[in-house]
Amino acid sequence: MLPQENGWVSCFSFLLLGTYSMAAARNANTLLELSPREYFSSLQPGRASLVYFSRDDSPGVRLFLEQLENSVGALQDYGISVVKVNCLKEDVSRYCGKENALMKAYLFRDNILLREFPTDALFDVNAIVANTLFALLFNEVKYITTLVELQNLENSLKGRSNVVFAYVPAVGTPEHRAVMEAAFVYGTAHQFVLTTEAALAKDFGHEDFDALSAQLFFCHCQRVPDLTQPCRRTPMVQSLTTLNIHTYLKLMAAPIVTEVAEDPEKVSTIHLQLGLPLVFILSQQETYESDKRTAEFVAWQLLGKAGVALLSRDSIDLNVLLRSNIALKTAEEGAPIKYLVLEDTDEIVALVEDKIKGEQIPEDEDESDNNDQDIQDDQVMEAVYRDRKRELPLELIRTLTEETFNAALTETAHMVVLFYASWEAVSLAMLQLYVEVAVALKGTQGISLAKVNCWDWPDVCMKQNVTQFPITKMYEKGARSLTYTGMLGTAELLRFLRLSSISCPAKLTTIEEVDEYLTGEVHADSSSYHSTPVLGIFHPSMKEARETFVEAGNMLRGYVTTGLYAEDDALILAHKYAVPLPALLLARREDHRIDSIPLSKQSAPDVVQTIRSQLLETFPEITVENLPDYLSLEKPLLILFNDRGLNQSMRMEMLSVVNGKGREAFLACWMNLKNTPVGRGVLKAYFSTPPPLPLLAWVNRHSSGQVFSFPSDQPVTETNVLSWLEKLKAGLEIPSVHGRTGAFV
Amino acid sequence: MALPAAQCSWGLLLIFVFFMGFSCTDGASTLPHHNYCIIGAGPSGLQMAYFLQHAGRDYVVFERSHAPGSFFALYPRHRKLISINKRHTGKSNSEFNLRHDWNSLLSHDSRLLFRHYSHDFFPEADTMVRYLEDFASMMELQVQYNTAIIHVRLERDSQAWNGHYFILTDHNSQNYRCSLLLVATGTWVPNVVNFPGSEYVEGYESVSINPEDFAGQSVLILGRGNSAFETAENILGVTNFIHMVSRSRVRLSWATHYVGDLRAINNGLLDTYQLKSLDGLLEGDLEDLAIVKDKKGKLHITLKFYLENSNSSAGAESITLPQDELDNFATRAPYDRVIRCLGWKFDFSIYNRSLRLMPGKGNKKKYPLIKPSYESRGTQGLFVLGTASHSIDFRKSAGGFIHGFRYTTRAVHRLLEHRHHGVPWPSSVYPITQLTNSIIKRVNEASGLYQMFSVLGDIILLRENAAAFEYLEEYPVGILAELELHTGRKAHNGLFVVVMEYGKNFSGADKDVFYYNRAVGEAQHAWQSNFLHPVIYYYKQLPTVREMSLRPPDWPLPRPDAVHHIVEDFLTDWTAPNAHILPLRRFLENCLDTDLRSFFAESCFLFALTHQKLPPFCQQGYMRMQGLVGNKRLRQHAVEAGLLEDHTVTHFTDELLGGQRGSRDQLLKDHVIPSSPLHYLVTTKDEL
Repeated sequence: MLPQENGWVSCFSFLLLGTYSMAAARNANTLLELSPREYFSSLQPGRASLVYFSRDDSPGVRLFLEQLENSVGALQDYGISVVKVNCLKEDVSRYCGKENALMKAYLFRDNILLREFPTDALFDVNAIVANTLFALLFNEVKYITTLVELQNLENSLKGRSNVVFAYVPAVGTPEHRAVMEAAFVYGTAHQFVLTTEAALAKDFGHEDFDALSAQLFFCHCQRVPDLTQPCRRTPMVQSLTTLNIHTYLKLMAAPIVTEVAEDPEKVSTIHLQLGLPLVFILSQQETYESDKRTAEFVAWQLLGKAGVALLSRDSIDLNVLLRSNIALKTAEEGAPIKYLVLEDTDEIVALVEDKIKGEQIPEDEDESDNNDQDIQDDQVMEAVYRDRKRELPLELIRTLTEETFNAALTETAHMVVLFYASWEAVSLAMLQLYVEVAVALKGTQGISLAKVNCWDWPDVCMKQNVTQFPITKMYEKGARSLTYTGMLGTAELLRFLRLSSISCPAKLTTIEEVDEYLTGEVHADSSSYHSTPVLGIFHPSMKEARETFVEAGNMLRGYVTTGLYAEDDALILAHKYAVPLPALLLARREDHRIDSIPLSKQSAPDVVQTIRSQLLETFPEITVENLPDYLSLEKPLLILFNDRGLNQSMRMEMLSVVNGKGREAFLACWMNLKNTPVGRGVLKAYFSTPPPLPLLAWVNRHSSGQVFSFPSDQPVTETNVLSWLEKLKAGLEIPSVHGRTGAFV
Repeated sequence: MALPAAQCSWGLLLIFVFFMGFSCTDGASTLPHHNYCIIGAGPSGLQMAYFLQHAGRDYVVFERSHAPGSFFALYPRHRKLISINKRHTGKSNSEFNLRHDWNSLLSHDSRLLFRHYSHDFFPEADTMVRYLEDFASMMELQVQYNTAIIHVRLERDSQAWNGHYFILTDHNSQNYRCSLLLVATGTWVPNVVNFPGSEYVEGYESVSINPEDFAGQSVLILGRGNSAFETAENILGVTNFIHMVSRSRVRLSWATHYVGDLRAINNGLLDTYQLKSLDGLLEGDLEDLAIVKDKKGKLHITLKFYLENSNSSAGAESITLPQDELDNFATRAPYDRVIRCLGWKFDFSIYNRSLRLMPGKGNKKKYPLIKPSYESRGTQGLFVLGTASHSIDFRKSAGGFIHGFRYTTRAVHRLLEHRHHGVPWPSSVYPITQLTNSIIKRVNEASGLYQMFSVLGDIILLRENAAAFEYLEEYPVGILAELELHTGRKAHNGLFVVVMEYGKNFSGADKDVFYYNRAVGEAQHAWQSNFLHPVIYYYKQLPTVREMSLRPPDWPLPRPDAVHHIVEDFLTDWTAPNAHILPLRRFLENCLDTDLRSFFAESCFLFALTHQKLPPFCQQGYMRMQGLVGNKRLRQHAVEAGLLEDHTVTHFTDELLGGQRGSRDQLLKDHVIPSSPLHYLVTTKDEL
């Protein structure tokens, strides 16, 4: 009877299972109902099942069964079958229990009972799935209650595996389920840790911790090379849903920085696939290491928000500005890659975050663009504008008009006139300097200052050939006017005005006068304004050369004092200074030396050029005012930067370099940062971290735009400098800066 | 024997004398010749004479009267000019002041400014006559008075400048041969309309100007221009009523911004009409009109239509009047006088058909047809000046009036100097750093741009790499395409055109020009400016003739590569640093892809040691030892504005902070070297 019956039953159960499978395919939420025997005989190896042994049909049971039925599909996805065993049919199982016993559900794997749940804990689908998976993933998800446990776990995993740490306020919540579902997938990749202890989560170091909301952190323990270092932690900012956690874990698992060497248009990473932007750090061989560090730094900042890739410019031909250092690719289809020049990592982070926010309010960006256009970026204009309310003390300066102009010129020996336009910024800046000059010249005989506003009197200005502003002219009674062509500075203009009132060249008639002239006793009052008087000496018969010199002297008037000696005994001077006539004598005040230069057959402009170049110093201190004179030599500069005056020994070493071999090829000079603070700006542009001062640098502005710095560990001595220069010449030194990243743009 | 011989020789002599006499009057080779002949010694004729005299050219002016300005000796009949004589502007800039001096001719002599001649804001016409006499005599212009040119014909000659000479015949049948003809005769032939009864109509040119003659009369005035209103104004107080009829509605010059439309000074009749003080305005086509005189000498208005249908043999009383059918017909009251004030037209009669001097089309038919270069469409070498040249800008700009055509005449002279004497259009070359300044200077003071708005424009020709530019003043923009041909200047590297314009939809007879928010204040809305304001057009290449001809009507120029409006200004003072100059500079910078800012020497120093290419201001100033050192105060302002770095301060804080910088800072420093606090200085719009 029995075997027969058994046969029938198994046959029946087979049929039933078949039907069930088909039914499950049609409707996953159909709860399978079996008798105890049927159930136990249907258990398959490795397969887990959640079973409820039902004996009565109370309303509470019905409610639970509804929830159980609803979770059939969800658990099915994880290979867990859900079964209701009807104890009434055949009371054979001990699980059927007693009538008044606590309602429980059981989780079996194979035929081993893993866990029994009070049905209260399985209050809804989330709770059923969460608890079921929690029980099944007992090894994959560690439940802890103290921070020490967590730290121990982290320590044990350093260098091996990452930790996903989740806090849920209670088990059975949707967040709990999401974490468990994630753990089901990633449980073998990362160590999952779960706690419901609010105190632990709070200690974990989340400032604005909210005990009611679940949290998830990714602890990057795998990449910790040194056990003494903590694991970096990245909090997940999105809410804990299954999808969000999946995305988050994918991003965490991606390489922190992707290195690419192909067209960024073609690059695609997990970030782009997940709809996040990708930031390219444009790199090149020379700066690879620091670029990589920057990229990693940025990547950590942007982890979970955007991807970071290091793009090597050397390997591809990018058709973008050399200065661009960042590119931004958005997931948006067909959106162009933006190339930008950003100067620090905050800007990159801000860029990405603004990008995310900016997408919501694009109008704002336009507004700010417009506002940007309104902001004055002309330093002179803005400075003058900010000073507009100040009244200049103009009482020392006459204001000329069309009516008074011509008469005014005849009133004093020297009339200085500033032609300007009252609406023009540089003119107004000049007017301020002019007032300062007027104050300095107050009481000086034979020179008076005036101004003409060309906006009021265009005809006067046109007649004086003033077509641009500002122009300063000096009118000498009965002579042609002299236009000032120097720097627009108080000292410079003052010097010009003082010097130009001296007639040039001064005619000397005795050898004694010549000596006095060369020692600077002739123009004692204005000697402070000129350092090197230039004397032309001629034989009386050299009429032509003399006239040329007079013409040159006139051209240099206001800038260089010149003297002329053309007496019969000029040969005595020629012998004394060992130079054939005609010749120039330069009395260099700074080193009490008198240089003699023979004058060959030259035109006046040539003589001017000769004098000008002779007046340039061999080892000058470079200042804002004199740099252009020296740059006009178009030679590489060997600049010694110092924050004070040069000491004697250093000066001597440099002078030896200056006077040594190969000196023609460059200009040696020095810069006192106390006198020329902007030199610090220059250093800042040359070097990321300015080396200690004094600093010797080779600056080749004219050809390569490269800057080399003399090794700071060597003392600046002639031999060291010369051998360094040799190495430079041989191309053995690496420039501190050049090209895109360098000082010369 | 001796006698016949003597007879014979006398005979020969007679023949010789006759031949001489003949050749003097007709023989081409011995005609009095001038390179330039100007017909008319009015304002434009004298203005052109002045320029030709100044340039040392061979010219003559023919004037039929015994003195210059004969039109002004008669017109306006009521002797008050409506061109303003603004003697005070609060400014001493002579060029700017010409913007508000509508009567002076251009000259180098400041004594010949009209303000020295009259104190009246609206001067007497006699003063204009006296002024023109002085102008001609003080400038010693070559005017041949009492010479009425009655015929002009062409004589082909391949040697001539234009392949033909102009042969002018005066009222004494004296001929003159001219290489080039400048027609400055104005428009002086009164416009008349012929309709039944037009014989009862008095003309403006001869109507009484004594108001007493109109006392207690009802007057109808035909026409709606300034002469019509001027006539009405004169008799407004003594008449029963004045009705004014014309085809088109009244156009007020303050609504149209055209000085030829009705000026406010003459508009008393508009007042009395709108206040229902018996005077009135009517619209109707004068061509349909007819006037019937009744037995009492009263004039009745009827329509030509009624006359055609009635029996012509019947008396005036039998003619149907409109009120017979429409008993509330507007002009049913009889008039004592009808006055025609319909303006003038050009005298086409003296030109031989071979000159093909044609009238213009539509409302420009009173002017001869000319090209935008002021040269006749039919004949090379014939230029039209002054009022007669107004077809170029009729109802738009001021080319029909002294304050406008004094500039167009100068432009024509410059065109001729280049065409016939190889003198290129005057220009100045400046470094690019002066570009913004040059434009600001001109838009603030230039009178030609201001008066001849949208007709004359300043041209800025860029030199290679935009390192410098050449500035040409007041060129007729209508011939922009032929600029190189007309000026002898090259436009290979792009150009700017500076003109002044009213807002496109602002001016018009039917427009409300007083609506709220009519004025634009913000620089970013400058393109919506309504009042006269400077507009700068940028072309990468000179527009072609085709592009010029295809430009939309009312556009002075074809579509540019870029355009910039300087926002209109209540004071017409465009020197505000932020509202005017800054946006202009940005526009120029964008067009030229360069940096036009000014810098203190310190900034240039930094650039010079860190950049291979410097902003033009540094390159052309500082690097030539002409940098702006400035003073501490100004540099401090720049530092406070964040536009200049104070390196002394940085130094101090550097030392304070020492090694406290975070590792992150270090990381950055290693990477982004070109960045510095002077970021905005270094990263200029172009690659420095």
